[in-house]
Amino acid sequence: MGDTAAGLLQLVALLLALAAVWRPLGDWMARVYTSPTHGRGERVIYRLTGIDPDSDQRAGTYAVSILAFSLLGIVVLYLVQRLQGVLGFDQGHGAVDPGVAFNTAISFVTNTNWQSYVPETTMGAVTQMIGLTVQNFVSAAVGMAVAVALIRGFVRSRSGGRIGNAWVDVVRGCTRILLPLAAVVAIVLLALGVVMSLHAGADVVGVDGRASTIALAPAASQEAIKELGTNGGGVFNANSAHPFENPDAVTNWIEIFALLVIPVSLTRTFGRMVGNQRQGVALLGVMATLWGAMLAIIWTAEAHATGPAAVAAGANLEGKEVRFGIPSSALFANSTTSTSTGAVNSLHDSYSAFGGGGTLLNMLFSEMTPGGVGTGLYSILVVAVVAVFLAGLMVGRTPEYLGKKLGRREVTCAVVVVLAMPAVVLLGTGLAIALPSTGGALGNSGPHGLSEVLYAFASAANNNGSAFAGLTVTGPFFQTALGVAMLIGRFLPIVAVLALAGLLARQPRVEPGAGTLATDKPLFSVLVVGTIVLVAAITFLPALALSPIAEGLS
Amino acid sequence: MTVRHPETMRPVDRPPREAQEVHAERSGRVGAGAFRPAQLLESLPEALRKLDPRVQIRNPVMFVVWVGSVVVTVSAVVSPSVFAWLIAVWLWFTVVFANLAEAVAEGRGRAQADALRRTRTDTVARRLRPGGTVEEVPATALRLDDRVVVEAGQTIPGDGEIVDGIATVDESAITGESAPVVRESGGDFSSVTGGTTVLSDRIVVRITTRPGESFVDRMIALVEGAQRQKTPNEIALTILLAALTIVFLLAVVTLQPMAGYSGAQQSLVVLVALLVCLIPTTIGALLSAIGIAGMDRLVQRNVLATSGRAVEAAGDVSTLLLDKTGTITYGNRRATALHALPGVGEAELARLARLSSLADSTPEGRSIVELCASGFGLAPEASAEEARAEFVPFSATTRMSGVDVTGPDGSVESIRKGAVASVLDWLDACGSGDDRARAHIEAVAQEISSRGGTPLACGHVNGFGRQDDQFHSHGGAIELSDVVKPGIAARFAELRTMGIRTVMITGDNPVTARAIAAESGVDDVLAEATPEDKLALIRQEQSGGRLVAMTGDGTNDAPALAQADVGVAMNSGTTAAKEAGNMVDLDSDPTKLIGVVEIGKQMLVTRGALTTFSVANDLAKYFAILPAMFLVIFPQLAALNVMHLATPESAILSAVIFNALIIVALIPLALRGVRFRPMGSDAMLRRNLLVYGLGGVVVPFVGIYLIDLVVRFIPGIG
Repeated sequence: MGDTAAGLLQLVALLLALAAVWRPLGDWMARVYTSPTHGRGERVIYRLTGIDPDSDQRAGTYAVSILAFSLLGIVVLYLVQRLQGVLGFDQGHGAVDPGVAFNTAISFVTNTNWQSYVPETTMGAVTQMIGLTVQNFVSAAVGMAVAVALIRGFVRSRSGGRIGNAWVDVVRGCTRILLPLAAVVAIVLLALGVVMSLHAGADVVGVDGRASTIALAPAASQEAIKELGTNGGGVFNANSAHPFENPDAVTNWIEIFALLVIPVSLTRTFGRMVGNQRQGVALLGVMATLWGAMLAIIWTAEAHATGPAAVAAGANLEGKEVRFGIPSSALFANSTTSTSTGAVNSLHDSYSAFGGGGTLLNMLFSEMTPGGVGTGLYSILVVAVVAVFLAGLMVGRTPEYLGKKLGRREVTCAVVVVLAMPAVVLLGTGLAIALPSTGGALGNSGPHGLSEVLYAFASAANNNGSAFAGLTVTGPFFQTALGVAMLIGRFLPIVAVLALAGLLARQPRVEPGAGTLATDKPLFSVLVVGTIVLVAAITFLPALALSPIAEGLS
Repeated sequence: MTVRHPETMRPVDRPPREAQEVHAERSGRVGAGAFRPAQLLESLPEALRKLDPRVQIRNPVMFVVWVGSVVVTVSAVVSPSVFAWLIAVWLWFTVVFANLAEAVAEGRGRAQADALRRTRTDTVARRLRPGGTVEEVPATALRLDDRVVVEAGQTIPGDGEIVDGIATVDESAITGESAPVVRESGGDFSSVTGGTTVLSDRIVVRITTRPGESFVDRMIALVEGAQRQKTPNEIALTILLAALTIVFLLAVVTLQPMAGYSGAQQSLVVLVALLVCLIPTTIGALLSAIGIAGMDRLVQRNVLATSGRAVEAAGDVSTLLLDKTGTITYGNRRATALHALPGVGEAELARLARLSSLADSTPEGRSIVELCASGFGLAPEASAEEARAEFVPFSATTRMSGVDVTGPDGSVESIRKGAVASVLDWLDACGSGDDRARAHIEAVAQEISSRGGTPLACGHVNGFGRQDDQFHSHGGAIELSDVVKPGIAARFAELRTMGIRTVMITGDNPVTARAIAAESGVDDVLAEATPEDKLALIRQEQSGGRLVAMTGDGTNDAPALAQADVGVAMNSGTTAAKEAGNMVDLDSDPTKLIGVVEIGKQMLVTRGALTTFSVANDLAKYFAILPAMFLVIFPQLAALNVMHLATPESAILSAVIFNALIIVALIPLALRGVRFRPMGSDAMLRRNLLVYGLGGVVVPFVGIYLIDLVVRFIPGIG
């Protein structure tokens, strides 16, 4: 089978599999967040932590709960890293450097999983398991909780701004969605040869006769939640390019499926909760359109070898695993940057200008095609709010979305969410590139160097976590600046989204009539696609013109 | 003010004029606010006055342009070049053009305000003193509860209520309506407006407003835009535009270090030019003009809104409460059928009916004559001979009217028509009762009533005044019924496509109400409606999140008018009604409510369309400016120069010029409003996206290209 044919087969299989799971998983998640009953295990958790699971929180309380929980997560994760030498099972790595620990704590709590360290030589098994893995679950659950809270804002009528219980949402996201799914995926990956070991490494003698140690890790369990929770932080430095994390085409396909499945199915959850499936389908259409278009760009760009080395080799394979080839690499790269995963099975830095630019643009779309678990849904809902505000005027009514009027305060919240990321990326990149020290950190000069910095801030502010690896980010400036970018990129939108949810929940819900803008039709999907592309284009075109565009046109 | 088609007489109850009104609205639609290019020139001084930064700061988008203009001007002074000076000049033009849009919109109202102000200042009031004597004081000296005497030919000095007398009043100064109206003490037609003129009789008016707060004063403030506050939707849009501006500011500011890294440091002039081109100046410049023009369009239709908020709410209305009488049907019942007794013959009944009504000037009477003319070919005017007959007017005691015709032989034929029981009793009193005929007429009358109509009986007595040789006969029954205005059903169908539900309010019984409802195509009916019912219905609609609009004129309508999101009070109505509503219709034409809704929608559509246009413009401007900025270091970016602009300078200058000129080009559109036709939301969205979204992408490519063809010949640019 040819390369392209194999790629297409994978693509079709992926789409079919997602289509098959979309409905049952989406419905299940809707039930998880609407069911009034608590599980026995959950009740134990609530009792131990002193939470009243039946209290209905106002938006403010909900936000404070989420922020406090995340802050606690950062502090604990920082301490675990700093104390891993004391805690044991550190495989001899000792305490993690403060800069790395700071950046990593933020990175994992914000669901970014940006890794400014080499896992094999930095993180012990304890840190991996009780620190990073825990955050892989709960940070994903936080994203879903916020999305569900926003949906409740649309659904509830005159609720006085009450949008559910943050603690219950987070707990249920873990116990009823992420843990069961991760268990299944982990077992499948384990069966397919992904490594699962508490040993630090295995001593082997290579073909050249020299002895070396190959690092081992509890990879299979990590790998499952890494993809399902759109986290992306690998236990090995090479991430999903490493044969112990991602041995072959089948595991590669499963990992792509795993990182897409929850964000995609959440559109069904949304449709079900608002009582109109077509609302969810309209947003799914937006996600699919942009995901498909970007895949076409990246795949095409990579399939056409440019540059003397690639032309001589016959294919643009620099930075790609031969066992995956171009289509599987493009598929993975497109999916990991269009969700907020950031796991990589190839080096995006080595992609062609337009291929690499495509992965960058995926993130600059603000990660909603389909985006991270929960974050993708709430981001696209907010863009839909902005699109409705613009287009709603054009049907001659004060704009309303899902029966809720969009006034001054609602629009304010929405623009904060939409514009937070571009502001952070532009300011960060501008500041970084203006600093004389940055020159030394760049892996390349010229437009590609600028791409590396832009990519780093786009990845951090969008909580993606993938890297254009050429940039050295271990210096204090980047550790701090990217850490701050991750924090703002995560929590400013969350606070604004929850404020929006509260404002919406306070309103009465109006049944849409013939005069209201239909938001469950293809025309609306086109409008949202247009809004996403336009916002990204008008904010980032100047920067992109100096980086991938200038590089690609040369 | 607008002068509407003149009429000879305009009584308090509304004549069939509204038939024309419905048609006029159908063909005219909303819009058609005339715009003269000369207005631009007239408003220029005001536009220059608005360059004051304290004025500019109220509009965040244009304030950024203002600051940019200052920066570029300074930098052109410091390091002069043709390019820098041209950019500076065109940036100032951009600000002035934006001011011009607002000034033109305000100027249109000011002309109207000046005319109104004249009526107010030179009026002399004749105040009644406690002793009953009259003193002359200036109108501005009147206080609350002063009583003034106004006689024929005098101007009413202030808003008030007639406490004594009846008069015809010329309200054309306020309404533009030349036909006089009748005002009288007591009842729902007692309020008068300062500035209007009494044509006949004498009235005593109790002043009900303080000086400076009169209707005319409020009107002046409104049309001048002095009290204008941003509406909720306008504020939301301003926030969005401000946020976009901030992001573009960041994009441009952070571009400089990136450009520096790439080896192409940009001059301040170029960066400001880029910023101004990117921020949504088109909508930013026109936003307030759109709002003022929306109010102005209402004023042109003789509707005064107390706030822009009310106009905006009108666009959102999803339920219209319409009074049956005057809105859906003609104000009065009209004769629609004749039911002759067996053996009498319809022609004979028609003769009787016509004769008895010839001198009857009530609308019912006239409609009977018209029916006889159209249905039986009888002359609509009285012949000279018929005119000599003796008219017996309607009285409350007899409840009949008619005519006594003296024949050539001296015999007298008395014809009467009126309330069924009265006419039948009269006939009985004249001679032998015909029980069969009586029973038949009563049965027909019963049937007419059950259809929702009003039955009248008609009969005659012939003879020489002696009881014994009189011949008398029951002629039959005349059916009067409500007539639905032509075209109203189509209007309701249009409203339905716009997603607006219509509810007919009537005091009729449910059976009658449903019959009218079915004929007019109204969506729902509130029959036997009391003011409490109306209020309850409004609350119920609102609890479902729907916005409700209604019209009203009586004092008992006031609570409902106040509760409704859009309450249009009729100018002919009571002061209480006018205080409670948030709009006043000077023509007192309830049909206009539909037009008010369309104006509200049109204003919102215009805002959305121009915002979309403005943002879509940015794409072309990037294609003009980005290659121009970085061509030196990245020659490959010439591929983006799809417009083949001559030089970097000409490209940037062309974009700036386009950005300024498009504002002027769109002023007429902002003032007139985009074309609005009632259609479903999907169709409307598709159309506007195509015109203003796609158009917004394409137009600047063409415009910038054309401007570049000219500016490339300027030395130092090309």
